[in-house]
Amino acid sequence: MNTYLCIVCGFVYDESAGRPEDGIPAGTLWSAVAEDWACPECGVAKADFEMVLV
Amino acid sequence: MGAPLVIVGTGLAGWTLAREFRKLDPNTPIILVSRDEGAFYSKPMLSNALAGGRSPASLVTTPAEAAAQAIQATVLAQREAVRIDTVARTVELDDRVVSYRALVLAVGADPIRLPLQGDASAGVFSVNDLVDYGRFHAALTTGAHVTLLGAGLIGCEFANDLAVAGYRVDVVDLAPLPLGRLVPERAGRAMQVALSAAGVGFHLGASVRAIHRDGARLVVELVQVGSAEARRLSTDIVLSAVGLRPRTALALAAGLTVDRGIVVDSALRTNAPDVYALGDCAQVGGQVLPYVLPLMTCARALAKTLTGTPTDVVYPVMPVAVKTPAFPLSVVPAPQGIEGEWSFLESDGGLEGHFKDHEGRLQGFVLGGAATSRRAALVRAMGQTV
Repeated sequence: MNTYLCIVCGFVYDESAGRPEDGIPAGTLWSAVAEDWACPECGVAKADFEMVLV
Repeated sequence: MGAPLVIVGTGLAGWTLAREFRKLDPNTPIILVSRDEGAFYSKPMLSNALAGGRSPASLVTTPAEAAAQAIQATVLAQREAVRIDTVARTVELDDRVVSYRALVLAVGADPIRLPLQGDASAGVFSVNDLVDYGRFHAALTTGAHVTLLGAGLIGCEFANDLAVAGYRVDVVDLAPLPLGRLVPERAGRAMQVALSAAGVGFHLGASVRAIHRDGARLVVELVQVGSAEARRLSTDIVLSAVGLRPRTALALAAGLTVDRGIVVDSALRTNAPDVYALGDCAQVGGQVLPYVLPLMTCARALAKTLTGTPTDVVYPVMPVAVKTPAFPLSVVPAPQGIEGEWSFLESDGGLEGHFKDHEGRLQGFVLGGAATSRRAALVRAMGQTV
């Protein structure tokens, strides 16, 4: 399980924790997160390159 | 090739607009003018970087050249925009004159400096960009005592970050509680409790009168509201985080309408043709919103407008995040001019507050601690009421 950092605002997506409040169950790989999902902090789209492996 | 899109400023606003514009228009040249190196970095991380042991250099996400190359843009770094001629449609830099097809002012804001007395008042730090952060970082010595001026969003974030990184921290603010302008009292009090538990000292209802040198250290003179007597606080470094003032001088000199910020309409147009403003310098629909989400929303709308689809900015529900690990907060402040009441739920390690108007509609909320996980649910709940 990896964590990904939004380089715009510092929000961290942790695959092991998922994002249950956005309907993303714990354990969801970053690659499986929907392409239209946006960073909950700053609204940056997943399709942009702004997430990097921590 | 026609005249370029010229963007003055390479903060989050300038770079985001440039990228969004390039997605829609592969050909028009883009020139970004920067006062510094022009690197792309995350400004919100400046107040969260110490605890993670991040050096200033490591905060650069993409160096200017690489960021420019990725979107076929040109960065004119280390240059000041000194004059705009809205008739000739040119921007005068310190070393050249650039013509524009459209001009976007994304010049940001200056930290407000409190008028302070004392022989060390000029040495007060503020951190508003990566260069400032580098200076502050270099001046911090191991185990130093830091006095923070201002208990707002940035003040609280720095206080938490410094405390976790092993520095001793005291925060001074005239307001009776932290985050006074952003959250209801109850949430401000919870923040104070959490930061106090993390080792942060608070001097609320107090103002700083003077800062003096005292050998290798500094002495801060504090005056409590309603008292004439000054208290003395011994410290090593003073960091000011009392707010931002939009940079408007360039716009004002060019005859653009300026109020608190550069005044723009809902499509981010100033009163001069093909001149726009966005980000911390802009006053959009009467509001200056120096936060990430409004800025990203504006950049996307403006990219469409600049590529032939006039687009008004429509803000979604935009919670402001206060990134204090001791007590993270997410807040949509109660809107001005709407009457209503706050009500609160408290659970294990969390605080949830709802602001409802007299018709019972949810108009704002605050989530603290573990309750921040309810953010998306409350954004949805608000979306249904507007």
